[in-house]
Amino acid sequence: MKLNHTYTYSVFRFLLLCLVICLPMQSTAAPIATASQNELRDKDASLLLNELITVKSTSDKVNLINLIASSDLSQRVAVLEALQAGDLYYTKKGRQLVYAHSNADGYSAVAVISGEDLGVVGSRAVRKISINNELRTVLRGVLAEIALRSDDTAVRLQAAKNLVRSPSPEFLHAIERALLMETDAKVIESLRLAAAMVNLNSDEQVLRLEAIESFRGTLDSDAMSILAAMQLTDSDGNYTEKDDLVRESAAAVLKEMRSEAKIYKLIENTFFGLSLGSVLLLTAVGLAITFGVMGVINMAHGEMMMLGAYTTYVIQLLMPNYIDYSIIVAIPAAFIVSGLVGIVIERGIIRHLYGRPLETLLATFGVSLILQQAVRSIFSPLNKSVTAPSWLSGSLEINGALSLTYNRLYIIAFSLIVLLLLVFLLKKTFVGLQMRAVTQNRAMANSMGIRTGWVDALTFGLGSGIAGIAGVALSQLTNVGPNLGQSYIIDSFMVVVFGGVGNLFGTFFAAMSLGVANKFLEPFAGAVLAKIFVLVFIIMFIQWRPRGLFALKGRSVED
Amino acid sequence: MSAVVKSPGFHSSELQSMLYLNGVTKSFDGFKAINNLSLDIAPGELRAIIGPNGAGKSTMMDIITGKTRPDSGQVRFKDSIDLTQYDEADIANLGIGRKFQKPTVIETLTVWENVELALAGTRSVIRALWHKLSSEQGDRINEVIKLVGLKAKAAELAGSLSHGQKQWLEIGMLIVQGPELLLVDEPAAGMTDQETMETAALLKEINREHTIVVVEHDMDFIKALDSKVTVLHEGSVLAEGRLEVVSANPRVIEVYLGR
Amino acid sequence: MLNTKIFERSAIGRLLLADKAGSYLLMVLFAAMVLVPLCNLLMPEGSFLHIPTYIVVLLGKYLCYALLALALDLIWGYCGILSLGHGAFFALGGYAMGMHLMRQIGERGVYGNADLPDFMVFLNWTELPWYWYGFDSFFFSMFMVAMVPAALAFVFGWLAFRSRVTGVYLSIITQAMTYALLLAFFRNDMGFGGNNGLTDFKDILGFNLQSDITRCVLFALSALSVMLAYILCRAIVSSKYGRVLVAIRDAESRTRFMGYRVEHFKLFVFVVSAILAGIAGALYVPQVGIINPGEFGPINSIEIVIWVAIGGRGTLFGAVIGAAAVNYAKTYFTGAFPEVWLFMLGALFVISTLYLPKGIVGVVKQLQDRRAERNAPTSQGAES
Repeated sequence: MKLNHTYTYSVFRFLLLCLVICLPMQSTAAPIATASQNELRDKDASLLLNELITVKSTSDKVNLINLIASSDLSQRVAVLEALQAGDLYYTKKGRQLVYAHSNADGYSAVAVISGEDLGVVGSRAVRKISINNELRTVLRGVLAEIALRSDDTAVRLQAAKNLVRSPSPEFLHAIERALLMETDAKVIESLRLAAAMVNLNSDEQVLRLEAIESFRGTLDSDAMSILAAMQLTDSDGNYTEKDDLVRESAAAVLKEMRSEAKIYKLIENTFFGLSLGSVLLLTAVGLAITFGVMGVINMAHGEMMMLGAYTTYVIQLLMPNYIDYSIIVAIPAAFIVSGLVGIVIERGIIRHLYGRPLETLLATFGVSLILQQAVRSIFSPLNKSVTAPSWLSGSLEINGALSLTYNRLYIIAFSLIVLLLLVFLLKKTFVGLQMRAVTQNRAMANSMGIRTGWVDALTFGLGSGIAGIAGVALSQLTNVGPNLGQSYIIDSFMVVVFGGVGNLFGTFFAAMSLGVANKFLEPFAGAVLAKIFVLVFIIMFIQWRPRGLFALKGRSVED
Repeated sequence: MSAVVKSPGFHSSELQSMLYLNGVTKSFDGFKAINNLSLDIAPGELRAIIGPNGAGKSTMMDIITGKTRPDSGQVRFKDSIDLTQYDEADIANLGIGRKFQKPTVIETLTVWENVELALAGTRSVIRALWHKLSSEQGDRINEVIKLVGLKAKAAELAGSLSHGQKQWLEIGMLIVQGPELLLVDEPAAGMTDQETMETAALLKEINREHTIVVVEHDMDFIKALDSKVTVLHEGSVLAEGRLEVVSANPRVIEVYLGR
Repeated sequence: MLNTKIFERSAIGRLLLADKAGSYLLMVLFAAMVLVPLCNLLMPEGSFLHIPTYIVVLLGKYLCYALLALALDLIWGYCGILSLGHGAFFALGGYAMGMHLMRQIGERGVYGNADLPDFMVFLNWTELPWYWYGFDSFFFSMFMVAMVPAALAFVFGWLAFRSRVTGVYLSIITQAMTYALLLAFFRNDMGFGGNNGLTDFKDILGFNLQSDITRCVLFALSALSVMLAYILCRAIVSSKYGRVLVAIRDAESRTRFMGYRVEHFKLFVFVVSAILAGIAGALYVPQVGIINPGEFGPINSIEIVIWVAIGGRGTLFGAVIGAAAVNYAKTYFTGAFPEVWLFMLGALFVISTLYLPKGIVGVVKQLQDRRAERNAPTSQGAES
């Protein structure tokens, strides 16, 4: 059988090679001497690929598939994939190779070689290139190998991972060949893992033990579930894995993997917590300015975030072809929109209510209702979807147990940048100096020639603008709707109060610790109960330290 | 829990000191507002306390009245009562009254009602619900209102009083509270010269029945009080004695003039 | 015995003599209590004097809100405690009543289970949770209507006032409190019907909740409750205790230095207010026929504040007027121009704080004063 294979293969190959080699000569002999290289290749391609129509026996098809795979035809992957999926047909008239998908009227067909769209053809007009299980197996291996030889590391890594997920002995050679050439450490790791997954099912104990050993330190979840499956017993109490040595070694490795995975789970939870904390920080830091520094209770703070989120939405509508960049434009735009609205609110309402915090609270709550209804009237009460830019998707993979999604990483970085810029603005610039002067001693600042009213408006605008920036971030995480702000306002107040009013570091610390606490409570209590716990904790905490964690102490706290 | 309120006046001859502070220290974030402060006020004394801004006068008042707890040191009232164990309401009921620097009266109540609230008597919630004023209590209130010169204004809202009148009302509220020790924080602040002199006279009048500690800036007022003076500086006592003696002290001159 | 009766009557009499606006309010409430049910039950349908049942229910709802507003004005207007979580006490009272009404359904529920309310059958619960025990009894339920809000107010207030959490901090944590309860009551495992709350009530003390007579009686009871609560609140604020509350509101520190235990005074009035709110909730639930977690929403609590602010805080009758006026406006606008209502409500918040710090009552008083001045320019000091 094997011999026979090789024999037919070589004969066949010889014939084909002749054809391919002869072709250029034929073309040069042809009247059109200026035929381009591309045309030549198309002709090569059509010759080779059209063989798929003529070749009938499975063994010949295997050879042909290998030949196509080892060629450098641009269509090879598409053709082989279509063949595997059963989407490869040929037209009865003209015997042209086509990709075809069945639909209600027949088949929509696209020529493989010319790429010409043939439109819908009747189901009788095309015939499928037949395929069987043996061919499918060959195709899988061949396609994997092609992917493993790709120049793109990401493609190779993905291919290696697919192999881990569907281990099969026929890939073993491809894997071993690829391992010899591979230079990227991650791909190598995945390939080793894939090889081990295959060897795990081998008949030789040594190979199996070796495979199990090689799982050590990889943290692959598939490997873990296979090792765990080895420890199971059937209904009679017998182990499903008969080989004791293999089973015990699997148990040992599994234990090690699990304890290591637990550490990574911890890291992952902390990461989730920090990213949640960053969202809290973003939503609270604007409030830390208006409430913490100015002492103004701005219940419309959530709506400032909402405005930021809607600004993101509008910007995206305005530049539909540049979704990836629209968010970059949206950040300053949201800052300006929310900041300006904030300044209007300050000049129009809050200015008249300084020193009356409870009245401020009520008036700004009224503003929040008006803003919500305004958005409802303009944009409809339905949620709007904001498309995430492509560079936000995907994740940074540390190992099998830990991968950090980019959107979370970005939001952590983003919130820190916003916080640092704010600290810089307040501590190192002249405007910041004026803001601090006004909040500490209004009368003195006034007499020193600082226009306190102007500084108030600016400070409030700054806090509101930062809320707008938070809204841009929120638009990537939740639905953009009129109630977006409401769901964050209480959390933001909790963060500011917990951290200690008037202390940006306190706000940072409070946001991060509440975020992490929330994420660590979630597995035990569920998301809602975790949130309730956190709320109750803060309520109790305020009883204990009414001025927050990092309150400014001093005798000047007079009521 | 509420302590028995003492009747005005002091008669226990065996009492050594009305107020005794020893080695009291209090710091805020590393800044020592009060530093090893010692003070001894005899029963029946009228004591003036002066000192530049930041000398620790207000913090001292806060510590005595239970608003702030000292880091270390003794604070004793009538020899035996450790004031650091009590809060503001307890200390008020023990017999220490305090007048704030900024006049604080209840502006939305009438002068009469302000004095009524301050009047010595039960402080319990339930009793306050069923409280009915006896005629003696009414007389006492009228008497004190007359003493502080607000008889004509008795039915007016405290918020409508002038600054000086509010100061007097507050002093009246203190008297009617029946404390043995009165702490008065800058009573002459914002007053006209005329009012300042009247206030000094009023305090001397009150002093016949109450021990008083006055914190003040105004030198004319201190002179008019004609009492022993304690000079605070950086949280501790710099000098103590008659005003003439103290004001001749070179260190005092340096602190006051050097600034 | 007789003596005390006379004394009480005279005490109330004296209270009301000093409170002219309050007396008018009580008269209006009394007239409504008598006339509205009469006009509903006795007047033939179609007659000019006939009041349709849905109006009776609507008015009954307003009365419950008025009671709730009274409760808030007692603490906010007189003691400066701005609770942004008073809806929680209202809802707890409502839930206590709702639980009783649920137990009264018995086996008439969809699943016909006599031991378990429908939603528990739906969740495959087999046993009644312990905290539902006793709610079969009307008197126990009425006791819990007052006790549950009182207990929460006591614990919360004891912690908060003892630690001297005041002003906006207190407002924010009361808001957090009701928000936490909102989240909790949304959970199915809490055993209070989750998202849907308690509903499909059949009858109360054997009387069909859908019948006109029951509805009229509930209306009259609501009116009576508002009257009694008004008198109670007026008595509280007119006593020396009430003056201490005002002192705490205006100068908390001073009051402390006068020797008053501020936390005890605040705690007492906070608990009283919570009980009143709970009663309001208990009256509300049988009239509207449902109680769900939405009542815990922070927005609801803030709306109560606006009723009081619009009516005029620190007057008691202002709270009643404000609750009725704002809710009438809400009914009207949400029906006629639903888009406009939130704009209106928002504008009410802004305008009332900026231009009407004393609410409707303040405006009326100003007008009266001005007229009095014009009529008698020589007589001064009439204001008291």
